[in-house]
Amino acid sequence: MRRTLSRLAASPQGIMLATGIVLAIAFSIINPVFLSAPNLVDLLRNSIVTGIFAIGVLIVLASGGIDVSFTAIGAFSLYATTKLLIVSGIHPPMVAIFAIGIAIGVALGLVNGLLIGLLGLPTLIVTLATLSLFRGALLTFVGTLYYGTIPAEMVAYSRQPLLAFHLASGRIVQLPMAFLNLVLVATLVALILSGTMFGRKIYALGGSEEAAERIGINVRRVKLAIFMLAGGIAGLAGVTHVTLMRIANPFDLVGSELNVIAAVVLGGARITGGHGTVSGTIIGVLVITIINSSLLLIGVPTYWQRLVVGALILLGTGLPIAIERYNLHRARLRAVIAPVTALEASA
Amino acid sequence: MRGIHKSYGPARVLQDVDFELGSGEVRCLAGENGSGKSTLIKILSGVVAANAGTVRLFGQPVAGTDPAAVIAAGLSVIYQDFSLFPNLTVVENVTFLRATAHRHRLVHRGERRRLAAATLERMGVSLDLDEPVETLPVAAKQLVAIARALANDARIVVMDEPTTALTRHEVDNLLRLVAGLKREGVSFIFVSHKIEEVFTVCDTVTVIRDGRVAAAGSASDFTPAALVTAMTGRDVSSQRLARDETAVGEPFLSARGLTRIGEYRDVDLDLHAGEIVSIVGLLGSGRTELALTLFGETRPDGGTLRVAGQPRSFGSVRDAMAAGIAYVPEDRLSEGLFLDQPIRDNITVSSLDRDTRGGWLDVAAGARRAKAAVERLRIRLQNVAAPVVQLSGGNQQRVVLARWMERNPKLIILNSPTVGVDVGSKRDIHELLVGLRANGTAVLVVTDDIGEALAISDRILVMAGGRITATLAGDRATEHEIAAEVAKEAA
Repeated sequence: MRRTLSRLAASPQGIMLATGIVLAIAFSIINPVFLSAPNLVDLLRNSIVTGIFAIGVLIVLASGGIDVSFTAIGAFSLYATTKLLIVSGIHPPMVAIFAIGIAIGVALGLVNGLLIGLLGLPTLIVTLATLSLFRGALLTFVGTLYYGTIPAEMVAYSRQPLLAFHLASGRIVQLPMAFLNLVLVATLVALILSGTMFGRKIYALGGSEEAAERIGINVRRVKLAIFMLAGGIAGLAGVTHVTLMRIANPFDLVGSELNVIAAVVLGGARITGGHGTVSGTIIGVLVITIINSSLLLIGVPTYWQRLVVGALILLGTGLPIAIERYNLHRARLRAVIAPVTALEASA
Repeated sequence: MRGIHKSYGPARVLQDVDFELGSGEVRCLAGENGSGKSTLIKILSGVVAANAGTVRLFGQPVAGTDPAAVIAAGLSVIYQDFSLFPNLTVVENVTFLRATAHRHRLVHRGERRRLAAATLERMGVSLDLDEPVETLPVAAKQLVAIARALANDARIVVMDEPTTALTRHEVDNLLRLVAGLKREGVSFIFVSHKIEEVFTVCDTVTVIRDGRVAAAGSASDFTPAALVTAMTGRDVSSQRLARDETAVGEPFLSARGLTRIGEYRDVDLDLHAGEIVSIVGLLGSGRTELALTLFGETRPDGGTLRVAGQPRSFGSVRDAMAAGIAYVPEDRLSEGLFLDQPIRDNITVSSLDRDTRGGWLDVAAGARRAKAAVERLRIRLQNVAAPVVQLSGGNQQRVVLARWMERNPKLIILNSPTVGVDVGSKRDIHELLVGLRANGTAVLVVTDDIGEALAISDRILVMAGGRITATLAGDRATEHEIAAEVAKEAA
């Protein structure tokens, strides 16, 4: 138990959780509005799309890769799905609409997966290219005009509250249904990562690709599956975004890649792969969202957001590395000195 | 394995190799770096295919490259780096191979935990099952790797240099473990340089040299010296190179009581201008570690170092280079060369200040220097702008030498300068070194090739177990004498 605690303290999640709690307490002391229902609901609402994206990024980071194309996949899926519905005039149920968005995402993820898994190209290069490629294809072939009126099913869905608070002022604050998407994706991915061999292979790849190959894991196939899964999640994030905004703008989402990756890294995933959990990622997303949307609330100018996020990334990722290095150094001294002194004592 | 042949392009790596292993047998596969033993293991484990010959595992022929099938048949290789997943726990690492081999889809947590615990108990070791492997000490990592093989019912375990990173106490534990598993019918192949192990744990020995079986038989039929000769005796016919007598003055570099804990101890060493000194020792004797300290890459824990009469303490490689010391590393591919860069740049990179005029680099001057060096060292090439990777091993080594000679070093340290180099180039490199000696450079060669040491050295120091155990005159020592000294660690 003590070891688990000390491990948690030295882990990025632990540090981030503590930071999140400290921030929340500090903010609520400075401005009690922070703890009010409307503000908290707003926080959750703002973390939905970032959160879904972040889960997809987590999978890729855990496998030792990096993905910067997910926002383009999300934008493609959000706009193509909406346009398909409007142009064709069909009215499928909301579940089917999400399925279309996910399918588009999986298809685009397949492109990433084939380039990375089959051709063995580096993930950063491929996804940097497909970020431009997918976005360019969307704007060139699908369209650039935004839809101010979205299909009726989406509007109906967006009006359905998961939770509603009736305030004394007579205002009603609602947590949208779409929050369930984040919960579902997070639960599903958490189960995949910890409970299936596919999930463990993702971490194995992130630990050592060569070792994975040597024990007979089909590394290419796993990579292909990772990027299809990440693509599907990005597709879902895209359609979810439409329902929250109630407009379909093809220029949305792209540009927020680094913010999402920052959230995942803050949550304990390492750029070098092999580490990261869904719970940590969610904490990272919440911390980023608090900073991005609540600094204003306590009267800090918005430019400070970037500064604080940057400092947190350094703290959250640098501190565990420093602790680990110190532990390794101590382990080396223990391993080296003990036998020599034993030798000298016997001599 | 019968009549194994393997070539990479024009290079013949293995020729007509036979290899046999019985049930419950521990066989040592001994040989120097570049002798072909790793290739033999790769063929055995199905990573690469042989050009000719047959491999039979438990009586069944193994065809082509299918590492997964070989693992399933019950052969596991424990690589020198262990190939574990540092981010995962002991339980997961121990059971991952089996879960993959059995094509599991879900993680059977309880079953995996029991299997890991049972396997470790069978081995008689206790480890924290939930500890991530990256925080374990090296010896424990190795135990995890062995447990992983056993958990997958391995009946043959191949261990590549298993004791290199272990302390003596840990080696003893490992050898006890091997002896225990042997009684259960598990067979082992130890790929090793270490004479000591051969005699304490191995039943039989196969020595590979230059891609052929140099000797094979029961371990009890060998003496330590005979084994060293079989391993390192290549090019026995090599003639000592003629040289002029040079007057020996004050030492350029002088070490007293140099010690680095866990690597080498109490080393006294004098290197004079115009003298070639060899340090002969096996892998793990501390020879490379000592060389790295002399080149400023590591700091000694004790002892003194004087260069040109002045006490010095190198804080970095740059300090050592400024003092006129050059180092040609053992693994020129990963440490010595920028493989994809042009030959020209590889030669001039560490002496760029010579081409710098007022802060600007004179590229043409560098090219002229590179061309001159290529001619001087007889490097065979088409174009100095071609990447180094296109050159043969011998020519690559000459590029590394050329780079350091461009700095006109006062002391040049070479680590295994002719490993993987053909006999002709080897002779050329030796002549170059004797040429450097005539120019008044101090030369220190670290090698396990006794023939090489005899061909070029004025003095030969034998290193074993981290100490210099003998000093011999280069013109009087015999191969047999050196082999006996090198093998002394076993006593």
